[in-house]
Amino acid sequence: MLLIDCPVCGQRSEDEFRCAGQAHLVRPGPPDAVTDEAWSAYLYQRTNLKGVSAERWLHEFGCRRWFNILRDTLTHQILHVYPVTEARRPEETGGGE
Amino acid sequence: MTGWRHSSLGIIDRSRPISFRWEGRSYRGFRGDTLASALLANGVSIVGRSFKHHRPRGLLAAGLEEPSAIVQTGAGAKSLPNLRATEVDLVEGLEAHAVNAWPSVSTDVFASLGLMKRFIPAAFYYKTFMWPGWELFEPWIRRLAGLGQAPDQPDPDTYEHAHEHVDTLIIGAGVAGLQAALASIRSGAATLLIEHDAVAGGRALGAEQSLSGTPVGSWIAEALAEIDAAPHGRRLMRSTAIGLYDHGLAAIYERSDPAGPPGAQGSLRGRLWKIRARRIIVAAGAIERPLVFSGNDCPGVMLASAAETYLHRYGVVSGRRIVLAANNDRAYRAAFALNDAGAEIVAVLDARPEADIGLLEIARERFPVHPETLPLRVEGRDRVRAVRPARLDGSGAMASLSEEIACDTVLVSGGWTPSVHLHSHLGGRLRWDDMISSFVPVQPSDVLSVGEAAGEFADLGRIRPIVCVETPGGREEETAFVDLQNDVTLLDVRLAVRENFRSVEHLKRYTTLGMATDQGKTSNINGLAILAAELGRTPAEVGVTRFRPPYHPTPIGAFAGHRIGDTLRPRRRLAADAAHARMGARMEDYGHWSRPAFYPQARETEREAVHREVCAVRTAAGLFDASSLGKIEVIGPDAGLFLDRIYPGSMAAMKPGRCKYAVMLSEHGTILDDGVVARLDADRFLVGATSGNAEKVAAHLEDWLQCEWPELRVMTIDVTTDWAVMTISGPKARLILAQLGASIDVSREAFPHLSVREGSLLGVPCRIQRVSFTGEVSFEISIPWAYAEDLHSRLMASGASLGLIPVGIEAIMTLRIEKGFIHLGSETDGVTLPDDLGLSGLVSRRKADFVGKRSLSRPEALRQDRRQLVGLEALDGSAPPIGAHVVSDRPDSLRGGAHSEGWVTSSILSPTLSRGIALGLVEAGRSRHGEIVILRDGNRVLKARITPPGAYDPSGERMHD
Ligand SMILES: [Zn+2]
Repeated sequence: MLLIDCPVCGQRSEDEFRCAGQAHLVRPGPPDAVTDEAWSAYLYQRTNLKGVSAERWLHEFGCRRWFNILRDTLTHQILHVYPVTEARRPEETGGGE
Repeated sequence: MTGWRHSSLGIIDRSRPISFRWEGRSYRGFRGDTLASALLANGVSIVGRSFKHHRPRGLLAAGLEEPSAIVQTGAGAKSLPNLRATEVDLVEGLEAHAVNAWPSVSTDVFASLGLMKRFIPAAFYYKTFMWPGWELFEPWIRRLAGLGQAPDQPDPDTYEHAHEHVDTLIIGAGVAGLQAALASIRSGAATLLIEHDAVAGGRALGAEQSLSGTPVGSWIAEALAEIDAAPHGRRLMRSTAIGLYDHGLAAIYERSDPAGPPGAQGSLRGRLWKIRARRIIVAAGAIERPLVFSGNDCPGVMLASAAETYLHRYGVVSGRRIVLAANNDRAYRAAFALNDAGAEIVAVLDARPEADIGLLEIARERFPVHPETLPLRVEGRDRVRAVRPARLDGSGAMASLSEEIACDTVLVSGGWTPSVHLHSHLGGRLRWDDMISSFVPVQPSDVLSVGEAAGEFADLGRIRPIVCVETPGGREEETAFVDLQNDVTLLDVRLAVRENFRSVEHLKRYTTLGMATDQGKTSNINGLAILAAELGRTPAEVGVTRFRPPYHPTPIGAFAGHRIGDTLRPRRRLAADAAHARMGARMEDYGHWSRPAFYPQARETEREAVHREVCAVRTAAGLFDASSLGKIEVIGPDAGLFLDRIYPGSMAAMKPGRCKYAVMLSEHGTILDDGVVARLDADRFLVGATSGNAEKVAAHLEDWLQCEWPELRVMTIDVTTDWAVMTISGPKARLILAQLGASIDVSREAFPHLSVREGSLLGVPCRIQRVSFTGEVSFEISIPWAYAEDLHSRLMASGASLGLIPVGIEAIMTLRIEKGFIHLGSETDGVTLPDDLGLSGLVSRRKADFVGKRSLSRPEALRQDRRQLVGLEALDGSAPPIGAHVVSDRPDSLRGGAHSEGWVTSSILSPTLSRGIALGLVEAGRSRHGEIVILRDGNRVLKARITPPGAYDPSGERMHD
């Protein structure tokens, strides 16, 4: 059970949060210009990597703010917590475009 | 009858005798006894029947690893099944009996018939799944194999959850754990020490050792005094760490003291702790391994260390004529101690050659020692009568058979297994250690293992890693048990290997080795050593199965805690709850809300009440409490732009004072929710969500706002429980509302369908929306939550003379099915697109983008055979069963049988039309109106005609009036 350092509320237990998967997905558009393949990749294809992964999290039972974390999917160590508006971090070992 | 109580040894309180009942007979023990030690002291040999074969079993161990003495205590609702006799504290009046035995543990019918022997070999279940059929065996296997009986009444006791944060958590209060606790406390760290046992000290309890020059008993007492005196020190006894999780979380189950304050009805039975610790130290000790030989499950075969514990702690001597069989030095301690206490040590069988036996000289002064010898089998059925030793050659195979040795007890020691379970829960790696012939934790890791849990043993000497005598083709393997609790024999393990189950994980599942409630605490290492020998590999190469929580069986009630019955979750009550109760509403749970289902009058049935309520709405008016509808205000200069991006319809173009029905889509194009969106002002919208979906819709809006378009000047507020909503619906609705004196003109001309007005009512702000879910003229009146009951009463008082009655959800659902309106979750599932429901009119063709837009033109969305919303009219006039399939005459390409073209989603007997009406999703349904199809539900088959949805007032004139 992770301890997550919410940027607003501080350290709280994982069961207050919801993980929404891979961060830094880029929404393709405009719709007319997006191929079926590109749209399908955006909807379904995820890196599911073993290593340092950037993830979207919501402090659902707390401040209801979204933020990103860098988490090592092998050790569950959390390396960094940062705003959703911030660019992807160099430590990340993979991620979808 | 061989165990006996020593006159002085032990740390039990002999001034406090206790009477208890076992299998219906009365016995006596002392305060400080466990059920196991008291039974042993009373000479009771058979304490259990084995899981599959119903073989008589005695005590193997003295601690939580006990595999055989599985008992049930108490009776009725407070009965507790599947406890180990070794951890049941003896209290006055305790009643206990063995599980899986009939009529009693000493004369078990199934065992005496010999029914079970050789009847359930390894993988019996899997093989009969394939042939001839598991169902032939299941009934009697369920009867014959198994553990205790679950009580058939609700548990009257309670459990609670507790949380704690500490610097250092130490698991295990043996000598190593106490030393760690002292060091931690002296460093100033907030320290919590937990111990499974009722008392601290572990295996050192009662032993004649000394530590730092102090007798061990005094040393333990001093350590506890220092811990208890420290303001930052704390300990929990009767508390077991059942699992370790990421970031220092430990789950600990604390059992309440059965001898504590009298257990009235509903007393606290246990507490589940969730403890966050900066640092976790595992001092869980080690577990002795048995040896594997024929009859090694016979009552009278006991772990050497268990005999020591029974002697030192409880003053019980396990037998009178004892043979010790071992492969290490430490086991000799038991022989010396029992000999000192007055038992005869008939012989010591040691797997090792003379040169390796560290205590050979001292031992030989007191009893015969046979090097390079192990038991081949034990003679005796209900109690050990003799042991038949075999001499070993250099490879561990049998060289010769020795003379039978008469005895009543065989103490065994196959070495020691560090308790690495908790270390493994966190993904800690293990390393095979040849010195102790077991796996030890690889450190450093997320937890620190210390003492025997880390594989530190001072007195094992040179161990010979042999647990059984190799006998080619001997019949001994059929009754040589590797896993006592699951009745897995040497033969089963060897059979699995012959059938090519060579991975340790496959072996476990094929034979069920280590899968019993003890999770193989005494059997895992022996099992994999035997597997390795069969495969000609080393145990390190074979590896070990993954350890998972819980470390020790834990009552389900502990996990539920207080979350049962009425406290499972908060029950959300409507603001006018009391008014509904006064009017006799039948309240039911819809989602998290408790809402009126219908209002039965006198002796009405549900159907009669719903019928009456529906007719009132169609002919006069009904009053419906819609307060649980989700309400989210979207405010800001960019609110229109934001909602244009969220919804497939156009929102920015809507004028203030207007509202519209809309669906909200996921990025996959599927329908997330539906409801009415109202524009209250240029920069203020009210988004309506279905009941129970408010949180989900609010989260969806915030996700897009915060993560995708943070530049938009918009905020959202969930005001669901700020506003109560009373809906008045029916041809008399306007008349009733007009009498109420609202500051709003409700005339046809001033207040058309799909508009919203703000004003005041009863002296408080109100908002009225003209939308309809029933097909009749409807006004949704919103008022501050606290005024709901008042508004409800005023409406009833002024409307009663015009025929207004309260109506519940069941009537509303009937009304909407008559109209063919969809209900989220009935007509939609995870793949439903707007066009499937005929709602493409809600999807703007002009907008460049909105959430889910691109998905609506994917090939899947454009398929011609998508399931579409239709009406279904049974030819016999009945209401087709919900879930009935529309059966095609084409075969199904994937599963065989007939292809399903869709199903019935909603169905009622319509009070208005006096016949059955159904909605359904049917492949290409919109182009098939008029077609007759076959509906099938189980064995029921009926014919139905596909129609447009909406049997009542299809043009919608009534609600626009
Ligand atoms: Zn927060």
